Amino acid sequence: MRKPQLSSLRALKLPVLAFLLAMFAGALLIAFSDAPSLKKIGHPWQFIKSASAAAGHAYFALFQGAIYDHTLATPHNPWLAFYPLSETLVAAAPLILAGLSVALAFRAGLFNIGAQGQFIFGSIAASYIGFHFHLPIGVHVILAVIAAIVAGAIWGGLVGLLKARTGAHEVIVTIMLNYVALYFLMWVLGTTTFLRPGRKDPIAPDVATSARMPHLAGDNFRVNFGIFIALAAAVFVWWLLSRSTWGFRFRAVGANTAAAKTAGISVPFVMTAAMVISGALAGLGGAVHVLGSDFSLSGGSAGNFGFDAVTVALLGRAQPMGTVIASILFGALRAGGSTMQANTTTPIDIVLVIQALVVLFIAAPSVVRFVFRLKNVKTGGELVAKGWNG
Amino acid sequence: MSNSAEPTPTTQGLSATDRRRRRSIYVMVALSALSTVLFGILPGSNQKVTYGFVLDKEWVLIHQWALNAKSASLGFGLLALIASILGYQLFQRGIKSRLVGAVASAGILMSFLSWAAAGKFIPFTGLLQGALFLSVPLIFGSMSGVLSERSGVVNIAIEGQLLAGAFASGVVASLTHSTFWGLLVAPIAGSLISLLLAVFAINFGIDQIILGFVLNVLVYGITDFLYKMLLIPYQSTWNSGPTLAPIKIPFLWKIPVVGPILFDQTIIVYLMYIGIFALNFALFRTKWGLRTRAVGEHPTAADSVGIKVNRLRFRNVLIAGLVAGLGGAYFTVGLGGAFSKEMTAGKGFIALAALIFGRWSPWGAVGAALIFGFADNLQSVLGIIGTPIPSEFMLMAPYVATIIAVTGFIGRVRAPAADGAPYKRGENH
Repeated sequence: MRKPQLSSLRALKLPVLAFLLAMFAGALLIAFSDAPSLKKIGHPWQFIKSASAAAGHAYFALFQGAIYDHTLATPHNPWLAFYPLSETLVAAAPLILAGLSVALAFRAGLFNIGAQGQFIFGSIAASYIGFHFHLPIGVHVILAVIAAIVAGAIWGGLVGLLKARTGAHEVIVTIMLNYVALYFLMWVLGTTTFLRPGRKDPIAPDVATSARMPHLAGDNFRVNFGIFIALAAAVFVWWLLSRSTWGFRFRAVGANTAAAKTAGISVPFVMTAAMVISGALAGLGGAVHVLGSDFSLSGGSAGNFGFDAVTVALLGRAQPMGTVIASILFGALRAGGSTMQANTTTPIDIVLVIQALVVLFIAAPSVVRFVFRLKNVKTGGELVAKGWNG
Repeated sequence: MSNSAEPTPTTQGLSATDRRRRRSIYVMVALSALSTVLFGILPGSNQKVTYGFVLDKEWVLIHQWALNAKSASLGFGLLALIASILGYQLFQRGIKSRLVGAVASAGILMSFLSWAAAGKFIPFTGLLQGALFLSVPLIFGSMSGVLSERSGVVNIAIEGQLLAGAFASGVVASLTHSTFWGLLVAPIAGSLISLLLAVFAINFGIDQIILGFVLNVLVYGITDFLYKMLLIPYQSTWNSGPTLAPIKIPFLWKIPVVGPILFDQTIIVYLMYIGIFALNFALFRTKWGLRTRAVGEHPTAADSVGIKVNRLRFRNVLIAGLVAGLGGAYFTVGLGGAFSKEMTAGKGFIALAALIFGRWSPWGAVGAALIFGFADNLQSVLGIIGTPIPSEFMLMAPYVATIIAVTGFIGRVRAPAADGAPYKRGENH
């Protein structure tokens, strides 16, 4: 029992160090762009004091906004101090699903940058079923979720089909389809069906209460059933990849397409199937977002989920468990970032920098190795270059 | 793109390429016929469409051309139909003609435009002017892509390079009150992003697509962050840079219609003209170009004749960053002076689309960038005057066109063979 634990600990070493390094770089960026501190740059000691205070305040606010904020507690409800934690999980749930979408495709050798588009189509479908129909509680939400899964699966499957039938590179196709999806969303929001009565700006009506995800911890907290769906999906993806025949085929194609073909695996089928499932997961993410916390579809509904999903999957090494942990981490950064932006002068965009740096350090373990003087860090083989012709 | 998609050659003695060419001619004929019917025959209205041409100074209307919208659509549609049928005839005799293709496309476009703008006024010169205006960053971006990808390094960080250039030039121009420094620092910022791409992709062999994606996120993050941290609160020092003045090229700018469009521009645009010709010449007529293409197609062969594969790639990726960074300056010192959050707004990805749509060739990329810029501007012009087509669908056009191009339904695009594959001596084959 001892050995596997050790090796999984070692697998964590690189991501953890990469994360710390990225946080440190972020702190430097905050310190060196803090205007009041910059004025004292003539006096190094004062500058360091003031700049590190700025970075410290920012990260403290980040923590407060992500996990626990004692100022929120009220005498008769001390639990409210955990409101930020609930927000973290709210942000994490759609991200886990979108991240799993990218991770699954990765394992089948496909780089799905299109999670954003699939997420958008999932949101549109969930929102439409959610506000347009009046159905009993339970049935309504299930139907909306199914619609989102189907919409995402179609949009993702299209990519797989094009790749399998014509060899069109999935990265090119998904980048383009993301824009098509975004403009489609813009158009849909302008149609009379989606226009909220009495409003002229592009925002859809709220989804009916019967179509919303139930809250898990009372109405004071936004955390909802979506996080369970996300975790269940992670278990499903884990099972699919490491316990099922399909998953074996996916991984075989991902590891070596030519060998898989020789072994009698239908590569076009695997590509299409992987993208269908991948798209379905991202679409489900859209549903969890719209039905769980957002409720009304707008131009910015999909936010950055599909793009964050790529960083999450990379940080999680395209493993279901890793993706879940990475998503919760980035969910925390997002939730905390909003509080940080509200309470300090540091904008939320620092989160994007930290995200990018983490992934960059993960991708290039040499940097981490150099900084921490490590001899052997376990590195993943998922990031092997293939290019447009691969 | 190497799997079973390629149909086995020769049914009826035609090569795969020729059959694809024939298919695109069929599509052209069908589109011409469709637009003739759809725009020229079916509409019931009897309105006029007016095209305005500016011959000399801006905003002074010199010439108007008012047509009956329906008959104009019909006329242009028929022109396109004749051109595409002629194209088919020429194809049967084994003659390839780009001219008929261009005429047919223009005919279809004008047929559509006459229908869409029925009863309205179209400032035709302004339409072209705006198209060039929107194409400039796309052309810079796609040239950057050509430089990097023809030597075998995938560059999807064009967006990041443009944004870095825009940010750096805007901020530096504002701090120094000088467009010169702004212009100088933009290419450096672009090539800094390139340096990261080059080091990680070439030296560490990391997947270039992932890398490009992450670099874009990084540049978005840093510029968004600094924008909110410094550029908004301290706008007067950090974000109020001067702008370049347009320079009129003597004599040339007086050429009717094209003169004011092409030759009354800022230095950035003139550098772009030079860049286009220089790149095309260098890539196909110089030793550097031959080596670059060799390294992009078959690095092992290039290595075997003594070309330093990775050194050449490294250098080309840096040059690519210079080019895209300079293009980024167009957004700030080239236009309004001030930087705004994520102001490149996905232009880097349209540039990537143009690169692919233009089949990784310099002229192809420039042509595609012009078409995409035109489509973008047409969309906004039609959006203002109001038309039956939702503007969102027109905005989708470049992306859909690129997907159609990569799926090989019309024509076929092929990336340089070694594009994206890191080279290590003795490992590749």
